[in-house]
Amino acid sequence: MSAVMQTPVRLGAEDRFALDDLYQAYAAALDERRYDDWPSFFTDDALYRVVPRENHELNLPIALMHCEGRLMMRDRVVALTETVMARPRALRRFVTPARIVGGGDGSESAPMQVRANVLLVETLHERMTRVVLSGVYHDTVVRGHDGGWLLTGRLCIYDSLLLPDSLVEPV
Amino acid sequence: MTNSCEQNSCGNATTVAVDAPMLRRWPKEGWTRVPAWAYTDEAVYLREQKIIFEGPSWSYGALEAEIPNAGDFVLTNVGEKSVVVVRDEDGSINAFANACAHRGVAFCRYPRGNAQDFTCPYHQWNYDLKGRLKGIPFRRGYKGQGGMSPDFSIDGRGARPLQVARRGGVVFLSFDPLVEPFDNYLGAMGRYFDRVFDGRELKVLGYMRQRISSNWKLMFENLKDPYHASVLHVFLMSFGLFRMDQESAVEMDATGRHSALISRRGGKADEAAAKEMSNNLRSEFQLQDSRLLDVVREFPGEATVVMQTLWPNLIVQQQSNTLAMRQLVPRGVGEFDLNWTFFGYADDTPEMTQRRVRQANLMGPAGLVSADDSEVLAMSQDGLEDYPEVECVVEMGGKDTADTQHMITEVAIRAFYKHYIKVMGL
Repeated sequence: MSAVMQTPVRLGAEDRFALDDLYQAYAAALDERRYDDWPSFFTDDALYRVVPRENHELNLPIALMHCEGRLMMRDRVVALTETVMARPRALRRFVTPARIVGGGDGSESAPMQVRANVLLVETLHERMTRVVLSGVYHDTVVRGHDGGWLLTGRLCIYDSLLLPDSLVEPV
Repeated sequence: MTNSCEQNSCGNATTVAVDAPMLRRWPKEGWTRVPAWAYTDEAVYLREQKIIFEGPSWSYGALEAEIPNAGDFVLTNVGEKSVVVVRDEDGSINAFANACAHRGVAFCRYPRGNAQDFTCPYHQWNYDLKGRLKGIPFRRGYKGQGGMSPDFSIDGRGARPLQVARRGGVVFLSFDPLVEPFDNYLGAMGRYFDRVFDGRELKVLGYMRQRISSNWKLMFENLKDPYHASVLHVFLMSFGLFRMDQESAVEMDATGRHSALISRRGGKADEAAAKEMSNNLRSEFQLQDSRLLDVVREFPGEATVVMQTLWPNLIVQQQSNTLAMRQLVPRGVGEFDLNWTFFGYADDTPEMTQRRVRQANLMGPAGLVSADDSEVLAMSQDGLEDYPEVECVVEMGGKDTADTQHMITEVAIRAFYKHYIKVMGL
C-alpha cells in the first residue's frame, strides 16, 4: 500500500470540513441505528472489512466482517436487524479527526488515502459501559456528486484479537 | 465478576476442591438433568481443570500449518494453562508449559514466532526446543561466591512437558503421560475427522477470538444441540443451511464424550416444519448479493454440514465452505475464550479462498449466525447464576444416549453428561 502513497493532497477548507462530515456522519448514523443509511457512505462496489491486527500483519484474509459492495453491506444490516438475536445495547463510536496520508486528489481514478482512529464502547442493561474495540480505519475516499466525500474502501484494523462477547453492528 | 479466581483466596480452594469428595450430588434423574451449579460452582470448575483438562484427555493445540519450519512456535492453551507448541529440528513437534522451572514466569511472550531456543527474561534461564533446561547464568557463582547449591542439577529439569499427538495436520496435547493413544481416543469420530483432515496440506486463513460470559460447557453443549439451530438461528433457517426438516443425524463415540451433527442443505422448509418455526422463519428474506452464500460441494457424500465436538476443548466446524477449529479456553467458572482458526487447503483456488472469506461473515463474534450463540450463552449464564436451584431439562428426543437420524433431539448433550458425571465422580 505504501508504494502508491504520494505527498498528501492539500485540501481547501470547504473540502476539509466535508471530509470531517463524512467521518462524523458515518459514526452518528450507526450510533443512532440508522442502518439503512450505512451503505450510503460508500461507493457501489466499495470494499468494507473489519480485521484483527493479527490477521492484517500476518497477511491472512479472514475478516470479522467482509462486504464487497453496497448490496452485501445491505444484506449484513438486514440480517443484523431481522435475524440476529442480541441483547439490547447502546454502541457508541469515537472517531478522531481524519488524517490524509497519501494517494491522489480524490478523483475517481485517484482516491485519497485517509486514516482515523476509532474507539467503540457498548452499554448493556445492568452492565457498566465497556470498550469493545480500539482500531484504525485505513480508508480510500473519493469526491461524491454533491461536493461531499464517499468511501471506496474502509478497512478497520482493531487492536485486540480478543473481543468481549459479540460485535453486533458495523464499526 | 468471574475472575475472582485470580485472587489468592482460591489458591487454597484448589487443594480442597480436588482432594476432598464432592459435596454436590447430581440430580437422581441422571443425564436428563443438568443442575445450575454445574455451570456456576467454583469448586466444580477447579475440579474440571484438574480432572478433565490436566487429566487423561487430548486437547486441541494447534494446526501443523501454523508451524511449518524448525523453530516455529505458537502459544496455545490446555484448559487455562498456557502451553508452547514448537516444531523441532527433526520435524517432530514438542509442547511444554509456558512456565519457567525457576520462578514460574510465563517466559514465552509472543503468540507465535521462530526461535532457536527460549530464554526466560527474568533470570535468563534457557530452554531448548524440547523445553529442557540448558543453562543458568551464574550457576557456579562469581569469584567463588554465590551460585546454585552444589547438588543442583539441570538434568531432568525444564518446562513441564506435554504429550503430543498428530493426525491429519492437527496437533493434540495432553498433560497426562498415561493418556490413551489418540486414535483410540477419537474412536468412531475418526471418520468425520478424516473427512476434513484427509491428508491435504492445510492453509491457515485467519483468526478470531471472543471472550464469552458463560461457562465453557455451554458452548460445547451448543454444538451438541441441533434443536436450537432450528429455532434460534433465523439466518440458517431462512437460507436452508441447517434446519430440522433436512436429512440429518446425530452420532456419538462409544463414551459419549465426542459427537457429530451431520446435516444436508435443503430448499424451502416443508409445511409442517415451517409451522413449528413460524415464530422466527423469514422465508421472504432474500440476499441482494448472493455471493455471500455461493456454496459449493467440496466433500464426498451428501452432508453439507458436519459439526464435531471433540472432548474436552475442540469444535471442528464444517458449515458449507467455512472450515474452522473453535478452541475453548476456560477463564474462570463464568467465562471462556472461543479461539477460531479458519483454514482451507493449500491447493484451494483463489475463488475458493474468496468463498471461504465471504462465508466467514456467518461466523465469529460478528457472525450473522454465531452472534446468536455468544449472546444466548451469556444470557444462559445470567439466569443460571441468579437461580442456582434450577435443573436444566434435557429430554428432547427422549432420555437415552443412542445415535439418531434426526435433529429434534438433545441426545448428544445427554451423552456428554453421561461421560461428564462419570469422569467427575458426581
